[in-house]
Amino acid sequence: MSFFTSENLERAQVLLGLYPEKRSALMPLCHLAQAQQGYLTKEAMEEIAKLLEIEPAEVFGTVSFYDMFHTEEVGKYLVSVCTNVACLLRGGLELLEHASDKLEVPVGGTTEDGLFTLEEVECVAHCDKAPCAQVNYRFFGPLGNDSFDQLVEDLRNDQLTDSVPPHGTLSRVFREAPSLVENEVIIAERVAMDQARQERQAAKDSNGGDSK
Amino acid sequence: MTTKIVTARTNLPDSYRLSTYLENGGYQALRKALSMNPEDIQAEVVASGILGRGGAGFETGRKWSMLKQDPVRYLVVNGDESEPSTFKDHLLVEADPHQLIEGTLISAYAIGASMAFIYLRGEFALGLERVQSAINEAYAYGAIGRDIFGSGFSIDLVLQPGAGAYICGEETALIESLEGKRGYPRIKPPYFPAVIGLYGKPTIVNNVETMSNIPWIITNGGKAFASLGSGRSTGTRLFALSGDVAKPGNYELEMAASSFRDLIFSPELGAGLFPGRSVKAIIPGGVSAPWFGPEHLDLPLGQDEVAKAGSMLGSGSVIVIDDHSCAVRAAWRITKFFHRESCGQCTPCREGSGWIEKIMHRIEIGAGTESDLDLLLDVCDNIAPGLSWPPQQTTICVLGPSIPSSVVSAIKMFRDEFLIHIKEEGCPFVH
Amino acid sequence: MSTDVSKDLISISIDGREVKARPGELLIAAAEEAGIFIPRFCYHPRLPQVGMCRMCLVEVSGPRGFSLQPSCYVPVSDGMDVITDSEKVKKAQDGVLEFLLINHPLDCPVCDKGGECPLQDQTLAYGPGESRFAEEKRHFEKPIAISELVFLDRERCIQCDRCTRFADVVAGDALIEFIGRGDNTQVNVFPERPFSSYFSGNTVQICPVGALTAAPYRFKSRPWDLAQVESSCITCSMGCRIMVQSSQNQVIRYIGLDSDQVNHGWLCDKGRFGHESLSSPDRVTAPLIRKGDSYVETSWANAISIISSKISGIKEKIGSDRIGFIIGSKLTNEDIYAWVKLAKGVIGTDSVDSQLGDGISADVISRLNRATINDAVTSKVVLSFTGDIKEEIPVLYLRLREAVKNGNTKVITIATHSSSLDGISEIQVFPSLDQLRPLAQQITADSSYFPEVSSLIKSSGVSADGEGLVVLLGRENLAWDQTVVEAFALELARVAPKAKFLVTLHGSNFSGGVDLGAVPRFLPGRSSLSDPSAGLRQKWSRFPSHNGKSVKEMFKSALKGEMDLLFLIGSDPRTDFVDTTLSNTALDEIGFVVSVDTFMSESSSRADLVLPAAAFAEKYGTITNLEERIMTVNQKVTPPGLCRPDWEIACEIALEIGSDLGFSSPEEILGEISNISSLHWGLSFDRLSRLSALDGVVIPLTSTPLTLKKKPMFDQISTPGIASVWNQGLASSKTSFIDSSASISDESDSPTESKVPTAISVEPIWPLPPIPGTSEMPLVYCRRLYSQGQLLKNSPHLSRLAVEPRCRISSETARAIGVAVGESVRLTDKAGGAGVFEVEIDDGIREGWVEMVKGMSSSQSFSPIRVDETMNYVKLERV
Ligand SMILES: Cc1cc2nc3c(=O)[nH]c(=O)nc-3n(C[C@H](O)[C@H](O)[C@H](O)COP(=O)(O)O)c2cc1C
Ligand code: SF4
Ligand code: FES
Repeated sequence: MSFFTSENLERAQVLLGLYPEKRSALMPLCHLAQAQQGYLTKEAMEEIAKLLEIEPAEVFGTVSFYDMFHTEEVGKYLVSVCTNVACLLRGGLELLEHASDKLEVPVGGTTEDGLFTLEEVECVAHCDKAPCAQVNYRFFGPLGNDSFDQLVEDLRNDQLTDSVPPHGTLSRVFREAPSLVENEVIIAERVAMDQARQERQAAKDSNGGDSK
Repeated sequence: MTTKIVTARTNLPDSYRLSTYLENGGYQALRKALSMNPEDIQAEVVASGILGRGGAGFETGRKWSMLKQDPVRYLVVNGDESEPSTFKDHLLVEADPHQLIEGTLISAYAIGASMAFIYLRGEFALGLERVQSAINEAYAYGAIGRDIFGSGFSIDLVLQPGAGAYICGEETALIESLEGKRGYPRIKPPYFPAVIGLYGKPTIVNNVETMSNIPWIITNGGKAFASLGSGRSTGTRLFALSGDVAKPGNYELEMAASSFRDLIFSPELGAGLFPGRSVKAIIPGGVSAPWFGPEHLDLPLGQDEVAKAGSMLGSGSVIVIDDHSCAVRAAWRITKFFHRESCGQCTPCREGSGWIEKIMHRIEIGAGTESDLDLLLDVCDNIAPGLSWPPQQTTICVLGPSIPSSVVSAIKMFRDEFLIHIKEEGCPFVH
Repeated sequence: MSTDVSKDLISISIDGREVKARPGELLIAAAEEAGIFIPRFCYHPRLPQVGMCRMCLVEVSGPRGFSLQPSCYVPVSDGMDVITDSEKVKKAQDGVLEFLLINHPLDCPVCDKGGECPLQDQTLAYGPGESRFAEEKRHFEKPIAISELVFLDRERCIQCDRCTRFADVVAGDALIEFIGRGDNTQVNVFPERPFSSYFSGNTVQICPVGALTAAPYRFKSRPWDLAQVESSCITCSMGCRIMVQSSQNQVIRYIGLDSDQVNHGWLCDKGRFGHESLSSPDRVTAPLIRKGDSYVETSWANAISIISSKISGIKEKIGSDRIGFIIGSKLTNEDIYAWVKLAKGVIGTDSVDSQLGDGISADVISRLNRATINDAVTSKVVLSFTGDIKEEIPVLYLRLREAVKNGNTKVITIATHSSSLDGISEIQVFPSLDQLRPLAQQITADSSYFPEVSSLIKSSGVSADGEGLVVLLGRENLAWDQTVVEAFALELARVAPKAKFLVTLHGSNFSGGVDLGAVPRFLPGRSSLSDPSAGLRQKWSRFPSHNGKSVKEMFKSALKGEMDLLFLIGSDPRTDFVDTTLSNTALDEIGFVVSVDTFMSESSSRADLVLPAAAFAEKYGTITNLEERIMTVNQKVTPPGLCRPDWEIACEIALEIGSDLGFSSPEEILGEISNISSLHWGLSFDRLSRLSALDGVVIPLTSTPLTLKKKPMFDQISTPGIASVWNQGLASSKTSFIDSSASISDESDSPTESKVPTAISVEPIWPLPPIPGTSEMPLVYCRRLYSQGQLLKNSPHLSRLAVEPRCRISSETARAIGVAVGESVRLTDKAGGAGVFEVEIDDGIREGWVEMVKGMSSSQSFSPIRVDETMNYVKLERV
């Protein structure tokens, strides 16, 4: 029995075919699993390990290095408040405190209804809209207490379902391209390119020598 | 104002679509490039003098020339943009992904890459969607894939999402991450992935903004690019202005032509500070850089000018701290960032970052002592011996020696403020 | 290793001193060789460098002046200028140590590593001496068990990546990993997947702190209470070099020693933790005589006199033919020789054997061109026709795996089932019995059967006569008669005379058995019965008059009532003989069985007389490993109770029947061996105790000069407690260090060539019998590392790892007979014995074949091997 749905398994196969070495598909596969389940379950990591022909511990080791991979359940909406210096100067920490009060969860916690998880993040490159936050990696800012409250209400009332899909879904656009150009073709082309370049270089050198 | 290169189209409606791009001259540079010899493209890039926009400011043309000639070689675009207060690539990938793709394809052709990747910061959900759509469009348009525009040149381009780790912006960590591993920077030597990179093969890593400049350089020539700016600082650059300033944002300026003061105070740029406030410090080039005081406001925004003054232009970001903001708090928050983002390989960085953060936090909340300042400086010295700039290193990558910059700057420039925190057992500023 | 490279050396300057170094060598190693120790944690000479701990920073000159560089990562280059003791270096090292300690729990008083901890030692030598860290330390749950054998204390971990690197790179078991990032990083396993690597103990040994501790050693001792002696592991035929450590006369721990030729410092867990069996409460500690269904203790004198009168009685009445000896594989060479001399040279029976139907005949072995381990790992191609070496000779697997990963050699496996070698082999072939012969014949030619094999062999540069080819020869499938392997080997040796063979039988001293006459038809030194060596004629008063019996033949004779007295010397044929139906019925028929053993085994617990033998580490002597390397095993503790070394018991019996064997110590026995056997020429404890020869010597010694050099301490920081031995000497060894730079060629009596007798000829048995057309299924019968047996049973921690016998079939087969994983099947053997086993699916097994693991628990009557069958079949039904 596979963790991935048949549709996602097909996507997984596409991902596996994209790289000179399979293991490169690890992070895209983890994003795919999170899109399916909202977070990374043990079964998901085991399945990914199998697909990549590596040990589950290796998947876990890699996954745990990255902040965006969650091995424990998170809310439908992951609210990430930036408190890094540009936001800090504009009230990022205060926004985080307010968010914690508003959602009634400590930083890192998930609301009882499973709707929101609140986290403090490092700079998300939205500093011109400081203080800012992301919800499932969709940007909002600058946020004051009121606009934050409004955002929460909108999310609660399903007002933003189009722009903010549930946690785990990152990119809703998938690769649509012919399969990769075959390796032999690429290598033959490159060898020919290098040869042609060398010949041109040689010709140039000898011309240069003549004209001297 | 100055010539717009990378932001020429960013304000157009639907600027990210292929149709908009094509209407505005898109992919003409690629067509032109494919009719040229790769080494002639490289020569244009060398002539442009463009310095890498990722932070280290290494000449792109020179980097390309170091690539080992292996039939299998890679081009990787660094779109991990995580240096705090840097948000220029964010704009470029969302607003003009085709420009990035075109620059990438031209570069791939110029260096003879056998495959190209764009590694994009995972938190850029919209950016991922925009770039992936653009790649799809470009494949359909015949700009990527087999026999591009009938030129006989083929290449594939794959978009790789990151997953939230600042260190993956470091080029060797990025390569490890792209290989599906923990983002551990590789130990040097080899100093450049151009020798041994992705999958052990020669690899060029360039920043998103660097790549986005390439189509313009090919269209207008390296010389035209080099005629902008001055000294080693050629062309234009995107400056990401943030912090205590009225109009934070991305501003494309001719390099070295304007000063920090222009950027912060020009009405059409930063538009000055909040009423009644004054500049206390500016952090140029990202949080890894040492701070400047108001006395440096008239320094031109040029690579060497800033370096000579003891800091760096880095990723092109500028943070303004005004006199109503706490320097200790800002420096503490920066160390907290490094503590969270240290990959953990090197003892001094892994352990030092946490220790410094703890001491800084203690001081900020009023539980510090005067001797803590000497301790801080000595711990910093154990990470980056000599506390000089550019720093000496005891670690594998330069994240380690970046940790002390803000702490040492803050102590040097605002020792009084530290002492007030200590004496008054708390932060004197209202937040 | 001993090639003269002095002319290629380059010069570097370290602290103003000129130092010679090999080009490309790491700075840290070059400095160490020059006597300058640079502190380090992550550096391990047998692992790829990562340069992570930053402890080894030194100042190195470069184009922009001196800068701090990790000496574990920087290779030396000519003219390099290095400073290791400047203020700047000291400050950096001081800083790193302080950083390492801020999150370290400093729970040294309750830490196993205390007293032999590189973090402690280097803190003392290089550290700051006081703590400036006033904050809260990082916390993790205190030790967690990550396997049955290993505990992990993440608070103590200094993230040096040694264990994780070892597990991934060396063992190929990436079961432990760094989890998390930055100072939150911890080593851990995947949830609910224990660190079940055969090599996990090595991570404990190379951990520079007490983060990884071994369950069997936890809280057992303090390092300063340990006494130690160098020895060789006798768990399998590899003979890994070890340090045996004891406290209060109890063996507590083994440490792997680094031997370039043998084990590279690694041990398998069975070898490392098997010492627990030495102090098992089930040891036999006094002579026991059978009274009805139970045993009573008796005196040595009484026991010896009973044996003596039995021997004399039988000899007088019927002749010595009806007396047999089965010699175990864990005896020392000296033990073997003493018993062989008693049997063949005093009693006069040639019915002595040391293989239990799981070997290869001495005739064949002695005809083969033997390879060393280093030959194998540097050969062009390794052709493997042996049992799964990861299961049988685990450290050889590590050596071979490393060689393949580094591109030094390629592996081709010939196998009837999948094995761990598959992961490192280029080609696997599954020949039928009929195909084996053409495969051997065409091995370097163009084979029509397996063209990919011969083409790989050729393209790798193996010459037509086999130069560059090393064959790992063992018993790939115990359900195939040994004649199959023998015929294959002889055929291959004929067509490719330059090919070399590494005989990969599992039994630890099988080589000693073959070389010292513990096999029928051979005398010690591989002399034939009819043509004893001059030495033998001088030292022995008599020789058997005619050829004796193998174990199988002895058992068959027993069934006919023709065996009256059988000696089992450290041997348990009731469980270990391949055909347990035969061994069990036969043993019941023998008039009198004497068992000399350390434990009450299946066989000894039904013997008539049981004599208590001294075990490993309770006696000293030599062993011969699979590559014919003679190595010392040393005594560390006194044997319990009345246990005595095996050789001494043989001497006693000989004396009692009126014959003096002529020696009274292992030294004297080895002296006699080297006198009577040209194969063993030049051996003595004196020579083996030279520093240069501590890793043993491959016999026969030749007159080629060997450069003797003091062995460096390999991984200074992971051979805990050992450094001091170089100063103290080997406390309780019979041998002592003689630091000698003499070369072996200074002996004048060196033979110009070895005088190994040519073997008695055996004709290959082609054609092999065809597979009978039957509904039964061909069997694969093989060993697992944790197959049940004496060692496992008596080692509490290892016993938890014992594998349940399972019946393994492919998914196709399972589907065909309608069983699923976890369900049971009944297997019926030829004799009608049956057993019910759980099914395990493994698609490495050929369709229609059945795999069973040797070493069944005694509750099963199932015994699938009939010794006279070339191939064995079983019947399989679902229950
Ligand atoms: C800790 C660290 C983080 C970095 N982060 C980024 C980044 O987010 N984006 C980037 O383009 N370069 C980053 N760099 C610089 C890259 O290593 C590399 O120099 C750059 O991508 C090269 O591109 P360029 O030559 O076009 O500037 C980082 C470097 C370090 C040491
Ligand atoms: S300096 Fe820090 S971030 Fe860089 S490799 Fe070392 S531990 Fe990792
Ligand atoms: S960095 Fe050299 S020993 Fe660890």
